[in-house]
Amino acid sequence: MSDLVIRVEKLTKEYRLGVINHGTLHQDLQSWWAKMRGKEDPNSLISQGQHSNSLIDNAHLLALDDISFDVKEGEILGLIGPNGAGKSTLLKILSRVTAPSSGKVKIRGRIASLLEVGTGFHPELTGRENIFLNGAILGMTKGEIKKKFDEIVAFAETEKFIDTPVKRYSSGMYVRLAFAVAAHLEPEILIIDEVLAVGDAAFQKRCLGKMGDISKGGRTVLFVSHNMTAIQKLCARTILLDKGRLIIDDSSDKVLNSYLYDEEKPGELLSRKDYIDSLAPGDEYVKLRSVRLLSADNQCKSSFRMDEHFRIEITFEVLIPITNFHLYIRVFTGEGILAFCSADWDGGDMNNKHRMMGRYTSLIDIPPYLLNSGSYMLSVEGIIPSVRFVFRESSVLMWQVEASGGVGGIESVKRQGVFRPKLNWCLSE
Amino acid sequence: MKNNNEAKGENWTTVLEAQRTWFDLNLLELWRYRDLIFLFVRRDLVAIYKQTILGPLWYLLQPLFATVVFTVIFGEIARIPTDGLPPALFYMTGIVVWNYFSGCVTSTSDTFVTNAAIFGKVYFPRLVVPLSTVISNMLTFFVQLVLLLGFSGYFYFKGAPIQPTMWLLLMPALIIHMAALGLGTGIFISSLTTKYRDLTFAIGFCVQLWMYATPVVYPISQVPEKWQWLISLNPMTAIVESFRYALLGKGTLDFGLIGMSITITLIILAIGVTLFGRIEKTFMDTV
Repeated sequence: MSDLVIRVEKLTKEYRLGVINHGTLHQDLQSWWAKMRGKEDPNSLISQGQHSNSLIDNAHLLALDDISFDVKEGEILGLIGPNGAGKSTLLKILSRVTAPSSGKVKIRGRIASLLEVGTGFHPELTGRENIFLNGAILGMTKGEIKKKFDEIVAFAETEKFIDTPVKRYSSGMYVRLAFAVAAHLEPEILIIDEVLAVGDAAFQKRCLGKMGDISKGGRTVLFVSHNMTAIQKLCARTILLDKGRLIIDDSSDKVLNSYLYDEEKPGELLSRKDYIDSLAPGDEYVKLRSVRLLSADNQCKSSFRMDEHFRIEITFEVLIPITNFHLYIRVFTGEGILAFCSADWDGGDMNNKHRMMGRYTSLIDIPPYLLNSGSYMLSVEGIIPSVRFVFRESSVLMWQVEASGGVGGIESVKRQGVFRPKLNWCLSE
Repeated sequence: MKNNNEAKGENWTTVLEAQRTWFDLNLLELWRYRDLIFLFVRRDLVAIYKQTILGPLWYLLQPLFATVVFTVIFGEIARIPTDGLPPALFYMTGIVVWNYFSGCVTSTSDTFVTNAAIFGKVYFPRLVVPLSTVISNMLTFFVQLVLLLGFSGYFYFKGAPIQPTMWLLLMPALIIHMAALGLGTGIFISSLTTKYRDLTFAIGFCVQLWMYATPVVYPISQVPEKWQWLISLNPMTAIVESFRYALLGKGTLDFGLIGMSITITLIILAIGVTLFGRIEKTFMDTV
């Protein structure tokens, strides 16, 4: 009991969607009048006990729905989930940016958050002045910052530019400096959200190392990321959120596996996406219409055997004739590693092709024994090479490749690696 | 966001929950963040200097121009009496005092909207921002005050009928009173603007109107008897008149008026702080 640093109890956060300003004065008065008479607020839906769906109606959303968990001292806790799962809302409440709608959070110690780096940096101020300002915003006193100053500057590798206004910094230096301030803050609890997406590889490595040190020093870290490798490396325990609810709270390996490969949740997989008119990605020239995964017999599927042949079908519509428009795809593993890219000019003879109005369909053949077993994501881009992007859609589809062969068969043993090619082996003596 | 009270036995330092209490001002926490207040003041000043050519000179030009304009329009053309004081000095006193107040109100009134980016990421007592604004405006006010004192000295030695009084010693109290009124009004409005954005447009001309309801371009002695009660409801009336009396020895020093002004200021400040405290916890959801 004594080593708990965070206890979250039945935490719920409700958001009102839509045009907030519209009619709120009226609604506010209505709510107030209801409250005065001791009745339930007609504009809040939490009290109505409709917890069955996180999206209660069109106007209200439960971003967090009855979340409870504990965090022990010195733990590095990972937090994952698809977009809109409520991760950021949870962090916002923990870092006191916004208050919960109901439920409680109890905290022991000081919390510092890195929701986005460089908070409060003023472009006109020098690196030195910004270290003090940023440190104070994050809750340090002047004396504490002075003590840590040299360490911060050394960590950020910005000694030479410390008296230059930060508006002249490169984005890498800016981020390094910002992370350095936060990392030397010495709070009991540090919240980190996706900062490692920036900075070069060496700096990222150092950040991960620093986070490890932080937790060895008895401090607690809450780490939110889409980088599953980093989560696996750093966090012993991970929480999976989805649509505002806590799905699993277990060891990172277990949670990641179930997040990425759970066969009982086909909802995670997506074999087709159709775009309706107003939401279709693209511009006035070209619009993306649909993306599908087709098996050899033209079935729309999201799960394929390793020895199976399947196709990615991309349909787009040309609204105004266009020259040199191309499609480009990227396939990522469930862990977010780029497996391969491909472009439609690989088919040859595609240069400066002029396309008239109409609907076009591209089929991309994925041969058997290309991808290893696991889950994969597709992103689709429409480009005019070296001119512009027409659309850029990431995580359009998600599918799964299963090991082929019967149980116990030689191919059912999972090998490491993204690809699982069947290569010719020649043995000679 | 109460500290300690609810954490008996389990020694939690912070408990976050849906808001229950109306009034929730944590002065201790604010004191812990005093360094931040001064760093914000510094940032404001540096940022202003770095983006202009004339820099702090603007602080002097603005009241000078306003004094010239007022002297011509209200002194020469409209010929509003000035209690026997040199018109330029009379107007400048009013302008310098009023500038500080209106500066506080307008620049704290958009606290939430302009700081949404920073408030959305980090927690610190939100009151730090309007407090630092009021302080950095005070530095501007001091620069203008020096100008005003210089002018008063010039007129004094030229033999104008001005007589600085001992009440000048109470000027710091008057300045704090004014700062409190500016802060209270500003944060009250800023709390409302998070939801009702129209107020941002209204604030500019409301402050302008408020100036004409304050004895800046006319002395209170010129206000007809039947309107005296109305103008005495304006908390700025007592401040401007007392300030003028302390510095120039003419005008009205009415303790009833001052008492009324202090009471109204405290009420506005209390409402402002209360509302601000409520809004600061959830405004990120509406802004």
